[in-house]
Amino acid sequence: MPDPDSQAERIGEMSAKDSNLHQSINEFVNKNFLMNSGAVEFTNDDSLVEKGIIDSTGVLEMISFIQQQFGIKVKDEDLIPENLDSVNNIASFITRKINERDPDARFNIE
Amino acid sequence: MRGLTSNDPLKEISLQDLAIDEQAEIERISSFIRNSLAVNLKRRGTIIALSGGIDSSVTAALCVKALGPQRVIGLLMPEQHSSGDSSRLAILLASHLGIQYIQHDITSILEATGCYKRQDEAIQATIPQYKPGNPFKIILPAGNNQKYRIFSLVVQDSSGNVYKQRMSHESYLSLVAATNFKQRVRKMMEYYYADRYNYAVAGSPNRLEFDQGFFVKSGDGAADLKPIAHLYKTQVYALAKALSIPQEIQDRLPTTDTYPMEQSQEEFFFSLPYQKMDLCLFAKNSGLPPQSICKATGLSLSEAISAFEDIDAKRKSSRYLHQKPLLVSELTDIR
Repeated sequence: MPDPDSQAERIGEMSAKDSNLHQSINEFVNKNFLMNSGAVEFTNDDSLVEKGIIDSTGVLEMISFIQQQFGIKVKDEDLIPENLDSVNNIASFITRKINERDPDARFNIE
Repeated sequence: MRGLTSNDPLKEISLQDLAIDEQAEIERISSFIRNSLAVNLKRRGTIIALSGGIDSSVTAALCVKALGPQRVIGLLMPEQHSSGDSSRLAILLASHLGIQYIQHDITSILEATGCYKRQDEAIQATIPQYKPGNPFKIILPAGNNQKYRIFSLVVQDSSGNVYKQRMSHESYLSLVAATNFKQRVRKMMEYYYADRYNYAVAGSPNRLEFDQGFFVKSGDGAADLKPIAHLYKTQVYALAKALSIPQEIQDRLPTTDTYPMEQSQEEFFFSLPYQKMDLCLFAKNSGLPPQSICKATGLSLSEAISAFEDIDAKRKSSRYLHQKPLLVSELTDIR
C-alpha cells in the first residue's frame, strides 16, 4: 500500500518540474522566435506553426533545442505535430522521451 | 482557361482546365515585354540566363517574339557541379532563336567566395565519410505523409556507397547559404551585362515556383520582369510547343541542376510532379476543395488535403522571399 503522503509529495514534485519544463520551452519560443517582442500571444495549447511563430526552419531549431537542452535524440518518426507543434506537445514529448530513456528517473528535468 | 468557382457544379478538374489560347497568350506576353521595357524600365533589350530548361527557354523565346533576336542576350553560367546537358541545350536554344549568347563559367568566382569549401564543411559535419568531390544532394521525404518534411543529405562515396542523414539546423543553414552563392553570382553577372548593354533582366519563374517560393532571394528571385510567373508549368509546356522550342528541351525532365548528384524538383522542393502540383494549385486558387483533384491526380483524399496544406505551408515560409525591404514609414513621395 503506497504511503499517501509520499505519493502526494511525488505528484507535487512532478508538477513543479513539469511546470519548469513548460517555462523553459516558453522562454525558448519567446526569446528565440519572438525576440521577446510580445508580438504574438500564444497559449501552451496553440499550434506554433499555425500561429506563424515557427516555420520549417523554426522546426529545425526546435529539434536542435530539444536535442541539446535535454539530451534527447529526435528520430525521424518523431517529426509530427503531435510531438512538436505546441508547448504542451513538446513538453509531453520531452517527458516521454526522458522516461523511455531512463524509466527509473522520472521527471528528472530541472 | 475556364473560370471555376466553388459554386461550379463541376467538382472534378483535369489538366484540360489549364488549357489556354497559346497564340493569344504569346501576343499578350509579348506586348507586356515591349511595354515594360519602353514605359517602366526604359531599357533596350533583355538579358536572360539560359539553363537549357523549359522555363528559361520559353522566356527567351517570348522575349525574341516581343523584341526580335537582336535585342535578346542569353547567358550561360555553368559551374563545376552543372550538368553538361544544361550548356549544350542552352546553346541549342540560342542557335534556334538566333540570339547572341555569352558563356561565363562561374566556378572561379564561386571558389573565391568559398562556396565549395563551405559546402564541403557543412556536408562533413553531417556525414563524416564525405570527401570533397563526392556527389551529394539534399532531399525531402517523398509524399506528404510526414507532416514535417525535413531535408536529408545524401552522399555517394568513391566506392559507390550511399549515405543518407537528416540534416541538423546548423548544417542545413550552412549548406543552403553556401549553395545560394550560385544563384546570387549568376544574378550578379546578369546585372553586369544588363548594365553593360542597358538591357533589363528577364526572370523565368513559372507560377508554381513563384507562388511556392522556389527561388533564392536576391538570386534567381531577382529580375526586372517575370513574363511567365502567372503561368502554370503545364501552360509553359503548351507555350513551348506553340513557340517550337527544340523537342529535346521540351522532353527534358525538370531538374534543379544545383547539386552534383542528379536531383528531381520533387525530391528537392515540390512534393508532387508538376502536373499534379499544377492541378492542386489551380484548384486551390479557384476555391475548389481537395476532392476536386483526386480523380485527375490519382491522389487519395487525405493525400490531396496534405498537398493543399503543403501549399499553404510553403506560402507562409516563402513570405520572406517575396517581401521587399521593410521601412519604418511608407515613403509615398518616391512612388
